[in-house]
Amino acid sequence: MKTLEKKHPRAIRWFHWINFPILALMVWSGLMIYWANPVFRVGAGKHTLVKMTVAEKTWEKTHMAFRLAEGLSLHFFFMWFFAINGILYVLYTIFSGEWRYLVPDRRSLKEAFLVVLHDLHLRKEAPPQRKYNAAQRISYTAIVLMGLGSLLTGLAIYKPVQFGWLTFLFGGYAMARFFHFWITVGYVAFFVVHIAQVIKTGWNNFRAMVIGYEVHDV
Amino acid sequence: MSDEPVSEPEPETPEAPAEDVVIADEEALRNAIAEHDAGVDREVRRLTRRGFIVGGVAAVAGYGAWKFLRLAHREGGVPWPLRRGLEANERISEAYFSTHRLARTFPPAAITNARINGGEGLEANYDPAHWRLRVEGIDGQAPATLTMSDIQSFPRRDMITELKCIEGWSIIVHWTGTRLSDLMQKFPPPRGTKYVAMESPGNGYYVGLDMLSCLHPQTLLAYGINGAPLSWQHGASLRLSMPVKYGYKQIKRIATIRYTNVRPPDFWAERGYDWYGGH
Repeated sequence: MKTLEKKHPRAIRWFHWINFPILALMVWSGLMIYWANPVFRVGAGKHTLVKMTVAEKTWEKTHMAFRLAEGLSLHFFFMWFFAINGILYVLYTIFSGEWRYLVPDRRSLKEAFLVVLHDLHLRKEAPPQRKYNAAQRISYTAIVLMGLGSLLTGLAIYKPVQFGWLTFLFGGYAMARFFHFWITVGYVAFFVVHIAQVIKTGWNNFRAMVIGYEVHDV
Repeated sequence: MSDEPVSEPEPETPEAPAEDVVIADEEALRNAIAEHDAGVDREVRRLTRRGFIVGGVAAVAGYGAWKFLRLAHREGGVPWPLRRGLEANERISEAYFSTHRLARTFPPAAITNARINGGEGLEANYDPAHWRLRVEGIDGQAPATLTMSDIQSFPRRDMITELKCIEGWSIIVHWTGTRLSDLMQKFPPPRGTKYVAMESPGNGYYVGLDMLSCLHPQTLLAYGINGAPLSWQHGASLRLSMPVKYGYKQIKRIATIRYTNVRPPDFWAERGYDWYGGH
C-alpha cells in the first residue's frame, strides 16, 4: 500500500533551489577572477602533482580569459544573495527544528562509514536512518560550514585591513585566498557526488526536493 | 454554478482501511487497497504538476532576471546593476572604514620581489629633473607647485606592507615616503571635500580617491622602494603607496593632486573595475 509522506519543508526546498544557481554563479565568477592569477597546485615543496589551471588556450576557448573585472563585479554582487540565502537557511533549520535531522550525532561517523560501504556494494544492509543517513548528515552539515568558510575567507580577502584580524586568523592574505579556493574545489566535489547519489536514488527522492513529498510502499 | 470558493485540498493520505473491520472478502480488501493507491497516485500527480509548474515559472523568472542583467546598458564597462552593486558595497565599506585600523606590517625578512605590473602613464621619455607636483583646489589658495626637495622636507616614513593586486597576487614591499595627510595638512582642502584626484603627467593614468582613505596614516607619497629611490617602472619620481587600496589605485608618477567634490574619473573604474577598490 502506498503512502504519501512529507519530506522537505517548503522553505528548505526554496533555499536549496535558490542556492544552486547562485553558488554556480559564484563559482563561475570566481573562476574568472582566479584566471588572472591561477597559482594553486597539489603538491609538496618543489614537487607538484597537479597545477590547478588549464592551458591558456583552453581558458580562451571557453571564453573565461580576460574577464577579471566582470568576474569581480558579479562576485561582489551575488555574494550578498549567497550570504543572505545561506544565513536564512541556517536560521530556518534552527527555529524549525530541522537541524535535528541534519546535524551529525555521536553515531554518525561510524554509520557514515557503513553507508559508504553499502553504497560501494561492499555491505548488504544500510544502517537505519531517519530523514537523512549518517553520510548525508555529515555532508549536509559540512557544506554549510564550507559556506560559512567561504564567507569568512571571502571577507578576509575582500577587506584585509578593516577585517585584518580575520585575515590574520586565516594566516594572512595569501592563505585566506588559498582556503577560499580549496573550499570552492570542495563544492565542485560535493556537486559531483551529490548528483551521482541523486541519480542513483531515483525519481521519487529527487521529486521530493521539488514537491516536498515522497511516496512510500508500506 | 456555485460561487463558493474552491478550497484547495491539502495533500493527505486517504484513510487506510481500519483494522477492526472484519474482512469478509479478500477481494474487497484488494479493491480497497487499489482504490487507496489510486488516490495516492492522483495526489502525487497533482502535487508534481503544481511543484514543477511553480519551479518552472521560478526558473524562467530567474533566467529572465539573468538575461536582463547581461543585457543592461553598461556603465564603466559593466552592466549598470552591477555598477550599482559596486557602489552600494562602497557605501558600506566607507561607513565601516576607520583610519585607526592599520594594515599589517612585516619584518624586513618578509620583503618579496617587487613585481612590476602596469605601465600606463609611464611615458618613455621621462625626465625626473623636470618633475614637479602640482596641488590644486587648496582651501583659499592658488595651486601649489612642489619639487622633490619640498616633498622630502616633510617627515620621512618607512613601512613594510603588503601590496595586493586586483589580479590576486600580493607582494611585500618596503616603502619610503611621506604621509599624504602631512602634505594635506600644509595644503588643506576646503572643509568637507569628498574626493582627491591624482593624475600622472599628461593624464596617462588617473585615479579617484575618497578623502578618508587619503587621510589614513599608511597612505604615503612614496619616493623610495626597498631602500632605493623609486625606479622608472615603479613610478619615479613620486607614487602612491596605499595599503588600504588595491594596487590599481596606487598611481605611479603623480604629477597632479586635486581636491574636488566631483567624483574623479578613474582609469580602471572606466574599464569595469570598482571605483573604490578599498581594503
